This record gives sequence, structure tokens and C-alpha cells, in this order.
Amino acid sequence: MNASIKQDTAAAAIATPALSVEIEGVNLSYGDNHVLKDVGLSIRPGEFFAFLGPSGCGKTTLLRLIAGFNQADTGRVTIGGRDISALPPWKRDVGMVFQSYALWPHMSVRRNVAFGLEERGVKRAEVDRRVDVALGLVGLSHLADRRPSQLSGGQQQRVAVARTVVVEPKVLLLDEPLSNLDAKMRVQVRRELRELQQRLGLTTIFVTHDQEEANTICDRIAVMNDGIVQQVGTPMELYENPANLFVANFLGTANILDGRIASDSRHFELDGGIVVESGSDIPPGSKLVFRPQHAILAPADAKGEGVAMPCIVTGREFLGASVRYLVTIGTNPVAIDVPFQSGRDLVEIGAPASVRIPERSLLWLSN
Amino acid sequence: MTAIPTATTSHPSRRISATPGQIALALAIAAFLVMFLVLPVATVIYVAFTEKGTSSFTLVNFYDFFRTELFMRSLWNSTYVAAMSVVWASVFALPLAYLTTRFAFRGAAIVQTLGFLPLIMPPFVGAVAMQLFFGRNGSINLLLDEYLGFKIDFMEGLNGVIFVQSVHYFPFILINLSAALRNIDRAMEEAAQNLGSSGFRLFRRIVFPLAMPGYLAGASLVFVKVFDDLATPLLLNVKDMLAPQAYLRVTSIGIADPMGYVISVVLIVASVLAMWLSAQALKGRDYATTQRGGGGLARRKMSPGEAALGYGVVFLILALVLAPHLGLLLLSFATIWSFSPLPDGFTLAHYGRVFGESSIYIKNTLLYATIAGGIDVVLGVAIAYLVLRTKLIGREWLDWMATAALAIPGVVLGIGYLRAFYGVTLPDGTPLASLWITIVLALAIRRLPYALRACYAALQQISVSLEEAAENLGATKSRTVRRVVVPLMAGGILAGFVTSFSTAAVELSATLMLVQSNSDAPLAYGLYVFMQSAAGRGPGAALGVIAVLLVAACTFLSHLVIERSQKAKGMDH
Repeated sequence: MNASIKQDTAAAAIATPALSVEIEGVNLSYGDNHVLKDVGLSIRPGEFFAFLGPSGCGKTTLLRLIAGFNQADTGRVTIGGRDISALPPWKRDVGMVFQSYALWPHMSVRRNVAFGLEERGVKRAEVDRRVDVALGLVGLSHLADRRPSQLSGGQQQRVAVARTVVVEPKVLLLDEPLSNLDAKMRVQVRRELRELQQRLGLTTIFVTHDQEEANTICDRIAVMNDGIVQQVGTPMELYENPANLFVANFLGTANILDGRIASDSRHFELDGGIVVESGSDIPPGSKLVFRPQHAILAPADAKGEGVAMPCIVTGREFLGASVRYLVTIGTNPVAIDVPFQSGRDLVEIGAPASVRIPERSLLWLSN
Repeated sequence: MTAIPTATTSHPSRRISATPGQIALALAIAAFLVMFLVLPVATVIYVAFTEKGTSSFTLVNFYDFFRTELFMRSLWNSTYVAAMSVVWASVFALPLAYLTTRFAFRGAAIVQTLGFLPLIMPPFVGAVAMQLFFGRNGSINLLLDEYLGFKIDFMEGLNGVIFVQSVHYFPFILINLSAALRNIDRAMEEAAQNLGSSGFRLFRRIVFPLAMPGYLAGASLVFVKVFDDLATPLLLNVKDMLAPQAYLRVTSIGIADPMGYVISVVLIVASVLAMWLSAQALKGRDYATTQRGGGGLARRKMSPGEAALGYGVVFLILALVLAPHLGLLLLSFATIWSFSPLPDGFTLAHYGRVFGESSIYIKNTLLYATIAGGIDVVLGVAIAYLVLRTKLIGREWLDWMATAALAIPGVVLGIGYLRAFYGVTLPDGTPLASLWITIVLALAIRRLPYALRACYAALQQISVSLEEAAENLGATKSRTVRRVVVPLMAGGILAGFVTSFSTAAVELSATLMLVQSNSDAPLAYGLYVFMQSAAGRGPGAALGVIAVLLVAACTFLSHLVIERSQKAKGMDH
């Protein structure tokens, strides 16, 4: 309790008014490789925002562009309304925590944290005071005189954060900050990061390829692929209403069924001859998408609500809380999650069955 | 992997065991090192601490040393020259290392190739050529005098030695510093920029401290090399330095005079001290900066102004550094070159003379350097294998003993050989120390550390499981070594051989002590003799050019072979 009050006071000492970040029409190429394609994002003051996407999607390039380590070919970045595109990295005042932490091995923890303040010409006594505050904030005051190499990965990560926030940056950038930690530390540190961000009220951008990390701590996420922002939204919006097949597939598990749209735009003929009826017009080029847990596996002859599709059970995986049935509908492989209840009979492999989905859970998505 | 459980032990034996073959090998190597490294050096130290004529312990020799004004001046001069050479070598190396690693720089490869220069030409060879360019009546001063009316004493006294040595040895700093700069994680620099640091402050506070280990490694090497060098000061007629004093004492006053030995001990102590200090400066610090996903400093494009300045600096330094080589080449074709910026005329006569009378030097050099290189790689592979792959007690001592040769100046080893082996005579009465094989052994010992490190690195890169797979399929230890280990080490072994060969081919300081007759002399000795007289300079230069070409050709050839073998093995990335 006591420690938390102390940390709150410390946070109050560091906190600055939150600023918005606007990215407008950014293009960036390395030779023939078009890495960022007309990227535009609007990040609100005090928001915890994630760039999420597979490796090579341009998310780290975009983050480094905000920090000034990459130059955009076109477009601009503004922070709190001020255009920073032309500034060198050392004049931008955006704090970045590096993936490798980049702690300088020839300096103690204290000297590492003091560096940015010294570069800003802050007076010695003031430097000492603020370094103490920052180290208190991440709970590392007792390790101030150690060398970075004498710290664990989690501690190094916290030093890197302290070194960055001590200079009171306008924006905090986190480049895959959890990727060098083991699985258990990752969960703990991501909660700490979220708490710290809340206390400081600092606009924060977080780069990750791990949807769980993004989902658990971020207010909003920009899903990126191939240099293009695919969709921006809260984690739940993205999961419920993915804008396209990539987002549906990247966030959670999605069943994607191929087929042809009938001429009336209301019927979808799956490969294998089964026809699905839609309550609304199906957009051209779409495929049928639904989540494994939104469908139920019913006996082949059962009647009920929603869309029913005959299937054959081909496999079964026990996941703990649920059982995942692998079935084929026509020629499409599909996964269905059924909550596990002991004592209830499992469906046998090879048995014919029926996949039943409520109409509202059907998504019609294209690339 | 070497533990062989015996039938009587029910649980795995904790006893350290090795095969009889390994023990015999280790003993043979130890005997060789004791005989040709430890014994001669111990003899030198022993003589330094005993009274002349008797065998009683005394410090009076050292008392005499510290009381003699000439020796104290020599000690100071050697220290001063070595330290100033480090300073000037740093002045040359720092901009080159920084520009080529930090910026997108055309010609970076050419600058980095300079690293081979000290290996393929001894500094004293360049000294004569530099006198022609920079001496009191050399090209530069003649031009300065004519157009500006003053001269600069580049080459007078100690300045000359400092100039020649720093121009020659700066690549040691360049190579080590560049490697260190390249190994710095790019995020280290970016983190500092992100926190508001840039320009020279960034370099001073982050980049240079992180490259410090590389810089110190290079700087201490330069210090030791210069401190121990014999031929350059001798050739520039600077006699009041330590190595020349040791040489002059032993050759002019005699092998019984204790002063040569006392100076030798001082030389050893200074070498060890310099290396120890540089190691000490880095002790307890963690400088391993290349991290996951590192990738060296970001290379920046230069603005036109920066580029002009950068290329200007590089061009100036390169001109300076290549001056001895250019001078040597000109000299080897020159009829007369005196009191004029360039030679009066050109001729091929010097080469004719060298190939006519002096081909014995070239033949001897090839023979000596080949045998020495051969001995070095055999010892190198054996020691590396014993240290890395067996649990033999005391195996590290072999490594330490072999590496200790680094700290023994050539002139000291030469004196040690003379003293230790002169009394040993063959059945026909010739002393052991006068045989040419002694020169070869001295060369082999001097260059063993280089070959050892190359073999060591090569073996370290081979996964033990490759050997275990061979043993698992029925190959004995020795057959595994022959069929798996040595073929995989081939690149490293060849690199070790070439380093030993090429540095042995131009080595002089030990050789100068040990050569007894002209017919046994290697190229470097012949060069030295030629360079003593004005008339011999032309042929001497021709011989120097041949030496450089010889070593350069061997180095290039081995690069080709290594590259090809790595490609064939699919190790080329």
C-alpha cells in the first residue's frame, strides 16, 4: 500500500499534460521496397495505443519514424499540434524504450537514468532528485549503483523505462518491450506498464506482434499489414467487427469459408454444394467468416435457429475449458469450440453432424 | 567426453583422465616450449641477477643500470617514443575508423585493407624511404624551403622514430577500433539521441567509451611493438633507446656483459606492464554491447561539406601512410636520389643485382618462414585441441606459455638463444646457436601466439557434437581429429599459417642477433645490411619491394583458398 502511495506521488511529480499524436499521409520506401503506404493515424491525448501486426508489416518503422530515426518520403507527424517531421531525434522530446533496452553497459543504473537530464543541462541537485523519483517510480531505488549487466531482464526493462520517463517526454514509445522477457514476467510487466502509463497519463504507443499483449493493455489498436493500416479500434471492436479477412484472421481464430455469391446477392454456395442464406446483401468478393465459439455442433438431424450446415467431424482437440472439433463443411475445414463439461458425451470422430450459427455471428469479409 | 569409466568403478569416475597419446602430446609441447622459450628467457633473467663471473645473486647490475645516465635516458626515450607513437597513431586511426564505420563512405574497404600493411613490411624498410620524403633534405623539406623558406624536422632524432613507427603501426589501432565501433548496438546510440544527445557529445559520452576495449587493445599493442623495436631506431641512427642499447651491448662489448641482460629484463617488464595496464583499465566493466538484433552503428550519409572534409582528411592520412611504400618503390628504380624532390633517373639495375647476388636471401626467407609457420600451426592445433577438448590437468599452462611469447621482445629472445645455446655444441664442434635452424626456432616461438589464436578460434567454432557423432559411429579420437576436426579447421589453420609466415618473413629483431653468416641470412637481414650504406639503398629498396610483393601475394592467395573452401563447405553466408 505504502509503496503504491509513494509511487503515486512520484508519478505526480513526473506527469505532464498529455498530447495527441497525428500521423498524416506518411509514405516511406527503402529503394523499391515501399514500407509504409499512405499511413494516417490519430492518437488521442493520454491514450495507450498499439501498432499491431506481423513482422515486416512496418510497425517498428512507423515507431522509429515518430522518434526521428527514419525519414518519411511524404507526410508529416505532429505532436500536440506541432509538426516535428523536420526535427532530428535529439530535439523531438519523444521517449523511446528500445526492444533491446539499450542500457549503456559502461554506466551505472543511476548514470543511465541521469543521462537525458544531463544532456538537457539540468542542475546536479535537480538531476539527483528527479533520478531518485524515477527510480522510485519503477521500484528500483535500491539498485541505483549496479551495472546494467548485474540486473535481471525485468529489472533492465524497468531501468529503460525510468531512463525514458525521467526526462518527461511528450510521448512514450515502446518497441516490443516485452519480447525479451520470459512468459511469466511478460504478464507481470505488461500490467506494470499499464499502471505506470495510467499514473503518468502519458500518451503511449506500443509496438507488438502479439495480439494478447495489445488486447490486454491498450485502449486502441491499429492493425497493420504490408505497410498499410488495416483497421483502428478498441480490442473488442476489432474482434467483433473485423474490417477484412486479415484482421479477422490475425485477431483470434476465424473460420473462413470459400464459395460463390449467387446472382441475387443473398445466397452463398460453399465449395461442395452447400448453400447458405444471408439476411442482407453479401458484398462482392466476400467470404463467409465466423468464430469457432460462435457456432454449435448439433446432431445431424436436429432443428433450431440460425444457419445450419451439414458437416463431418474429422478431429478433436482438448483445450481445457473447451473442446475444439475439427470438421469439414463441404470441402472447407472448420473449427468449432464447445465448452467442456465433464460427463457430457463427446461427438465421435467420423460422425456426421451439423454446424449451427446465429445469423448475427456471420461475417462477410473480403481482403 | 574424455572420461573412460573403468571396470572397477560402479559410478562415473570423477578422476580427470586422458588418453596416453594426449598426455604424451602435451608433454612434448611443454618440452618444446620450455626448451626454446622458457629456458632462454630464464637464462636472460638469471644472468641479469647474477654477479659477472660468479653465480651469486646480486642486484648490483640493476643498480648500475639505474645509475648510468645513458641507460636512464634510453629508458625515458623508449617510453617517450612509444607513448608519442600511440598518440600519433591514434590521431591517424581515429578519423579513419570513425568515418568508415559511422558514415556511408566510399572507399571504406580500401581504408580497412590498410590493416595488412604492418604485417607485410617491417617499419625499418619504410624508414629509409621516409627519410627521402621527409628528411632534412627530403622532398617535402626541399619544397617547403624553396616556396616557404623553412624546414620541419620530421625525421630528426626521436621525432623520426615516432613518425616512422606511428605511420607504420597505426593500423593496429584502426583495426581494433573499427571492429569495436562496428560491434556497438545501434540502439545504444539511438537511445542517447532519443534522450537529447548528438554530435561530439554523443561520441564522447557513449560511442567512444563503448569502443574503448578495442582502442586500448590496439593502443597497448602499438606501445609494446614500438617499445621493443630494434631495427627502426638503429637504421635511423638513434642509439639511446633501450632495444638498440641491449643489442649494442651484446654485439660490441660481448655476450658476458650483464648490461644487455638487465636491459632485456627491463624490456620484458615494460611489455608485460603495458599489457597488464590495458587489461586492468577494462577489468570489472561490461562492454559486451552487441545484443539481440543489434547491428552496428547506423551509417549516415554525409552532407557535401562533411564529405569534402571527410575525404580530405582520409586522403591526407592515406598519402602519409603510403609515403614509405611509394618512396620504396621509387627508390628501387632510382639511379640517384639525393637533394631533389624526385630521383634523377630510373633503372632496373637494382633488381638485376638483387636477383643476381642476393637470391640466397629470398630462398632463405621462404625456407625459414615456411618451417616456422608449419611449426606454429602444428603446435597451435595441438594446443587448441588439448585446451578445448580434453580435461588434461594443467592444459591451460600450454596456452599461457605459448601466449607469453607476445611479451618477449625479439631482441631479448635473440640474446637468450645466444646465451643458452652457445655453449651447446654439436659433435663436430659448431655451437648450436650458430645453426640456421636456431633462427627458424626463434621465428616460430615469436609467431606462435598469432597462429595459436587463429587455431583456437577455428576450433571453438566447431560444435563438439560433430566430433561426438564421429565417435558414435566408431571413429577413435585420433581418427576423429584427422577426419573431422582438422578438415573443419582448415580455414583457421591456413589463416594462422599465413599470419605466422608473413610476419616471420619480415621479422628482424631476433634475427639480427642470431644471423652468423651472410649465407644463412633471411631477406630482412639482407635489407638491413643494404640499407646501412648509401650505395646499398637501391638494391635494398628492390629487395624490400620483393619482400612486400612476396608476402602480399601469399596473403592474397590464402584469402582465395579460404574463401573457396568455405564456399565449398557451404559456410559462406
